[in-house]
Amino acid sequence: MPQISQFAESWYAASQIFWVLLTFGFVFFVIGRGMLPKIEATVDARDRKVADDLAAAKAAHAAADGLEESYRQQSEASRAAAQKAVTDAKDKAARDAEKRLAKVDGELADKLAAAESEIGAARTSAMAEIEAVAAEAAGDLVAKLSGVKVAVADARATVKAVLHG
Amino acid sequence: MADQGKVDPMHQFEVQKMFDMFHVGNHEVAFTTSALWMVIAGLLLWAFMIGGMKRQLVPGRWQVAVEGFTGFISSMMNANIGPEGRKYTPYVFSLFMFILMLNVLGLMPFGLFGLHPFTVTSHFAITGVLAILSFAIVLIVGFWRHGFHFFSLFVPHGTPIWLMWLIPAIELVSFLVRPFSLALRLFVAMTAGHVLMKVFASFIIDGIAAGPAIGLGVGLPSMALMIGISGLELLVAGIQAYVFALLTSLYLNDAINLH
Repeated sequence: MPQISQFAESWYAASQIFWVLLTFGFVFFVIGRGMLPKIEATVDARDRKVADDLAAAKAAHAAADGLEESYRQQSEASRAAAQKAVTDAKDKAARDAEKRLAKVDGELADKLAAAESEIGAARTSAMAEIEAVAAEAAGDLVAKLSGVKVAVADARATVKAVLHG
Repeated sequence: MADQGKVDPMHQFEVQKMFDMFHVGNHEVAFTTSALWMVIAGLLLWAFMIGGMKRQLVPGRWQVAVEGFTGFISSMMNANIGPEGRKYTPYVFSLFMFILMLNVLGLMPFGLFGLHPFTVTSHFAITGVLAILSFAIVLIVGFWRHGFHFFSLFVPHGTPIWLMWLIPAIELVSFLVRPFSLALRLFVAMTAGHVLMKVFASFIIDGIAAGPAIGLGVGLPSMALMIGISGLELLVAGIQAYVFALLTSLYLNDAINLH
């Protein structure tokens, strides 16, 4: 096994140890100490950037959610306001219509009452005329049938009694 | 290849001197094939990491690959140690990537192009240095943060008083064994895998050399196994690098958080 037997040669161990220390020293100081930290810094910077970007995206998402929520609330509020305005207008219109209807009703009732009273008056006057005419006619009939002259007042009283039962 | 056209499965582990450099005491430091592959691994790793340095917010494919590796180790450190583990990520990441690159490079079929592939991590001298490094860091961090209180690591929670003479001794031994198990695991896994592959490869070559009947009877099944084992070895290359890094992070967790 040369790995062991070569230790007998005076140059073997010294050369191996010298060169492994030299080359590993180069690897450690130039690559391990020189280059590795820079590469790790790049990786760390990238990780941090990714984390920051993710956080920013999350914040933006939350802001968008808030915006949407406030928009929803706003639209709900305005819808409610619109609905309220509509019901108010409806109520007002109904009340107005009622008031107008009541007024018109009143007027109509007044007119009706006036007309009724007029009709009543006309009826009484007509009744009176009918009484007069009937009394006259009754007087005439009595005179013609019996030749008895009936006083106008008597005829009138009799007719009135018959007419009004 | 050794003598008489036989395949020597251990030959691949031999480190060859390429040129001399300098002396430390009476030890000679040379540039070797092992050193060459370590330099290549370091440069390839550096080139790979350059692609991850564009630092784009939306990464390209290469950057994703690099960030995949860094993220893998960072999350492992975070899971095993916690936020304080971040400080040690550069070390564990370097360890993982260096071992992974050496393991994988050792498996690449460079032999097809006449190159001499070599698995650096199949050498105990290499894995030993890395394990001792990890163990030393654990010791330094442990004593730095907790002082002599670090020795309470050897007394697990709920140890009965009458076992106080035994448990700390066992814990101490298991603690001291850590660098050896760390180094041996990687070295043995790599060596065994490459020996296995070389042995099956020699079956194919010897089978073909012995004629068509044996060539088909032995060579084909060996080839099929070889393909499967190559895939398995790629898996082992990744797993062993991961295990080394994982155990280092667990040992560091002991030193940092001290149960």
